[in-house]
Amino acid sequence: MLNAERAPVTGRKVQLMATCLCDAFYDDVAAATVEVLEHLGVEVVFPEGQTCCGQPAFNGGDWAASRKVVRHTVRTFAGEDPVVIPSASCAAMLFHGAVLEFEREADAAEVSALGRRTWELADFIVNGLGVKTWPGRYEARVALHRSCHSRGTETVPAAQALLGSIAGLSLVEFGEAEQCCGFGGTFAVTFPHLSSAMGELKLEHVRAVAPDEYVSPDMSCMMHLGGLAQAEGKPIRARHLAQVLRDALKGGPRS
Amino acid sequence: MPQPIDQFAARLPADKRASVYQSTKTTHEKRTRLLFDQFGDPDRLRRLAGDIKQHAIENLDTYLPQVEQRLRASGAQVHWASTGQAACEAVLRIMRDRGATRMVKAKTMVSEEIELAHFLEGHGLEAVETDLGEFIVQIDDDHPSHIVRPIIHKNRREIATSFEREGLGAYNDDPATITRRARHHLRHKYLAADVGLTGANFVSAESGRVVLVTNEGNSRFCLAATRCHIVLVGIEKIVPRDRDLAVLLNLLGRSGTAQDLTVYTEFIGGPRRVGQPDGPEEMHVIFVDNGRTEVLASDCREILRCIRCGACLNVCPIYRQASGHAYRSVYPGPVGAVLSPLLMGERFPQKADLPKASSLCGACHEVCPVNIPIPDLLLRLRARAKEENVPSPGSPPMGPWALIAAQPAAWKAALAGGRIINHLPVKLIPVPALQAWAAKRSLPEWRGGEFRKWMKARQRPSA
Repeated sequence: MLNAERAPVTGRKVQLMATCLCDAFYDDVAAATVEVLEHLGVEVVFPEGQTCCGQPAFNGGDWAASRKVVRHTVRTFAGEDPVVIPSASCAAMLFHGAVLEFEREADAAEVSALGRRTWELADFIVNGLGVKTWPGRYEARVALHRSCHSRGTETVPAAQALLGSIAGLSLVEFGEAEQCCGFGGTFAVTFPHLSSAMGELKLEHVRAVAPDEYVSPDMSCMMHLGGLAQAEGKPIRARHLAQVLRDALKGGPRS
Repeated sequence: MPQPIDQFAARLPADKRASVYQSTKTTHEKRTRLLFDQFGDPDRLRRLAGDIKQHAIENLDTYLPQVEQRLRASGAQVHWASTGQAACEAVLRIMRDRGATRMVKAKTMVSEEIELAHFLEGHGLEAVETDLGEFIVQIDDDHPSHIVRPIIHKNRREIATSFEREGLGAYNDDPATITRRARHHLRHKYLAADVGLTGANFVSAESGRVVLVTNEGNSRFCLAATRCHIVLVGIEKIVPRDRDLAVLLNLLGRSGTAQDLTVYTEFIGGPRRVGQPDGPEEMHVIFVDNGRTEVLASDCREILRCIRCGACLNVCPIYRQASGHAYRSVYPGPVGAVLSPLLMGERFPQKADLPKASSLCGACHEVCPVNIPIPDLLLRLRARAKEENVPSPGSPPMGPWALIAAQPAAWKAALAGGRIINHLPVKLIPVPALQAWAAKRSLPEWRGGEFRKWMKARQRPSA
């Protein structure tokens, strides 16, 4: 699912798509994204009219409903500046999913054009801006979650490079890292048994290596896994990559 | 209400799940090691194989007449069956013409698809499965639960019980004993049979060669003593040239069973010729459509590239948890979730739930030796189900959500209104999706709009 035809980044100004999950639950992740980008000298614009990437309806098969939301997103993020998203899933929706559901639509070209300037955060830092290492300090053993929408994209190597270069941070590997956590959007509620069974398995693998933190480029998976762990009374410390990058600049994990 | 596959998975006994899980995981991991150890860039090889098969299925109008000509030139007879029923009848006709009553069968998924063995039994003819797994499925009157390993859902104790019931010896669950008994039983069947039926993994349009891979050698036995060989093959199994097999056979064994090559690979160039010491004197190749041209005309035609290796089943987290019977189809797992509803034709709604049984994680696409973009096809079928108004119990309605998400003012109101979940017990909130979520997981605190406030304050620090 590589976003191969992406335009090179020339300026130092981006539009932030915060994602609906950060808008509703994880404001600190969106704030961390802003601080991380600003640290790199990037001007961050937040288009106020933004809502959602349209993925829930796309995955649900209601492409007419999804296209309504995608069209709104295309209008909201007009212009030439890159769109940066702290989510591999929403990014893939814009550069892959939306393109698929607009194949036979008159405005397909505009949707593809948005996809070509859409970036997941870690990918943008490493491959868009050419920043390969991260400063600061972060004393922690960190396990990196491979969200499924980062499969086959540059996000995982980018996140590994950034995290791996932080002083004090050690990356720990765990079993079956390439297996899905079971979130899957509406799958989590239409297939509750399978979804939670997959989540349990993921938690088992992660807990087996006892990382200090479980870090993801996507909050959706963390909402599911964190929620499962919490409901079991055995919470895990789930964090977004942007939070780790920001906190490294401030000297380490927040308690 | 959870979807049918979810309910099936929830009821699956833990030991069955564990054995399916362990064996798929082991094969998948071995497959991956093998491919990456032996090939510099296996993904490039997968893309090449995908291109070959895509070219083949898009040019069937050229290759099918070509392969018919080659097969006839080598002395085989060619039959075309537009439906499963027509294919069954073609087999029946061939047997009746020869006065044959007994058939030995190698493993072929298309014969499962058209339910050939039951059809022949209904006409008083014997059709014995000779692949060990398929033989066990047959004596148990069961269904295969995996494309390559039909009895992945059974343990050896169940098999030993079945053998005892069928008079194949006193209870003994030692695998070597089970195999020896099956071999002894089948040996007599091979010798008594009039007709041997096999599938084909590939048929080369260039040479007309029928290519067959097995690990048990049973397909060879099927042809060793019989006078008539029937090949049952889907029209999508054509490859343009012999040399394409170099790519496809290299991927098939490694992807399917984590073997460099299956134990037996046969290239069958026609019936026995003058001067050849043995082999069937008559060969029939039945090309089966059974809905395939309709699939070819659809926006999911890439699924016809499939070479039935089963790698997508082995890696699939849903298949691993639910096992094959959850899919209510001959073809289970990710490939089945695409192919089975498509092969239903007008009865598509009956299996429209299968494409929904996926978190769209993409692992199937990543392992597919012919690079089929299975998640995209699952999504297309979900869209088709919605267009055809197939009911989908438990799926949250997306119309109201889209109205809100296309209107910034409504969106902001919803962000503010969502706070209610912080103050009300979830069971009092009449949103089924929320209930389903909260049954297993806690909800994070609703902080709708907080980021927007933070961002505003940052942009106008004096305000």
